[in-house]
Amino acid sequence: MNWLGTILLLGTAFCGVFAEAVFDSPRRWLGAQINYLPPLMVYAALTASVWQVAAIAVCGGLWVDSLSGNPLGVSVLPLLGAGLVLHRRRELLLRHLPYAQFVIGTLATGGVTLLTLVLLLTLGERPLLGWGTLWQGAMIAVAGGLLTPFMFWMLGALTGLFSYQSAAGVSFRLDREIKRGRY
Amino acid sequence: MAFGAVTVLVLVLLGLREPAAAGAKSAIGSLFLPLFGVVGSGQELVGRAGNALTSRARLVQEIAELRRANDQLRLQAVQAAEASRENERLRALLGWSKSGAWAGKAAKVIGRDPSAWWRTLRIDLGERDGVRPNQPVVTPEGLVGRVGAVGRTTSEVVLVGDPKCRVSVCVRETGEVGVLSASSSGVLDHRLVDLTHLPRNTGLRPGQMVLTGGVGGVFPAGLPVGTIVDHRSVGYGLYTEARVRLLVDTAKIQEVMVLLL
Repeated sequence: MNWLGTILLLGTAFCGVFAEAVFDSPRRWLGAQINYLPPLMVYAALTASVWQVAAIAVCGGLWVDSLSGNPLGVSVLPLLGAGLVLHRRRELLLRHLPYAQFVIGTLATGGVTLLTLVLLLTLGERPLLGWGTLWQGAMIAVAGGLLTPFMFWMLGALTGLFSYQSAAGVSFRLDREIKRGRY
Repeated sequence: MAFGAVTVLVLVLLGLREPAAAGAKSAIGSLFLPLFGVVGSGQELVGRAGNALTSRARLVQEIAELRRANDQLRLQAVQAAEASRENERLRALLGWSKSGAWAGKAAKVIGRDPSAWWRTLRIDLGERDGVRPNQPVVTPEGLVGRVGAVGRTTSEVVLVGDPKCRVSVCVRETGEVGVLSASSSGVLDHRLVDLTHLPRNTGLRPGQMVLTGGVGGVFPAGLPVGTIVDHRSVGYGLYTEARVRLLVDTAKIQEVMVLLL
């Protein structure tokens, strides 16, 4: 990925955070707002460089904290942690399969939400928690999982628009192979 | 290396003092202002298009209804003005200090908290409009919350039901005083809050009205907040806690009023 890829990732993060603040419908239907950053982080961790992962964690985390009641910076480390773990293990993941993307997205979104809450409690904050938080966490994680294959499809298509086309297949055909020797 | 650099940055940010952190948040949040503006203009355009499609008969009917409501409100305003004059006379006779008048400024809701564990809104009024931290925010139905961090052109509103917004209230029918605070049952139902610090033998009944008590210096007395849902005994029977349903549905409000006290 080149600098255009970085801009694309950061632009998506920016629009995602803005959508979270403005479009409130998921909260009314599901009881929780969709978090767009973990699915984006999964995509970045599995396709981009570690610096791009760090850029999304820092910018995305700060943007979301600036529009929420969180202390500034608290969302950065959970995002970065999830991104770095996936980035280190990406050769072992079946990242091209939508089902694998869904599972990784669900786990990453759930993990980021949980880590953010743990960090908030560690900092002495008193967020609004109750039994309903379990439902909210589950909804956020599943929504993140469903969004991850979509993120792969959308960003893959957009990246394809701005990069070199892949080379056409080779002209070798099995039925035209010249075999030598005795038959 | 990336992890180390980001960790240092986060530690520096988390270690910022409250005014500096609020300033940094406001500065970063201001990046979204153009997009908030675009969405606001889009909503206005949609509203105008809707107005253009409204039939003449409906408009005439609405005008007639508004005229009737206006006549009633005029009558009430005359009565209120007379009551206010009487109040001033009586205060002067008793030597009580004059209560301050409320001046409100209307604001549009431009964003809501993305996280699930805080209850905040963002409005399109800021420092340049005279908004200051801790000013009360209301709608015609009742109390919404208080102003939190204030930027130059936008402000954060901490809603009633957020753990950072506690309100001193009294129950209109019984006169009992308590504190409204966030409720764990309010995680999924944002209109439910807890009324704590109530005495053991309470005369609470479902449906009774809860008003701001005026203690604490943030909220003026007498603003409607909600109604009692139920109550239970806590602390081995030493205290009572009640659940209150807020009058204002904060998930639906689009406009609020900041009281510039």
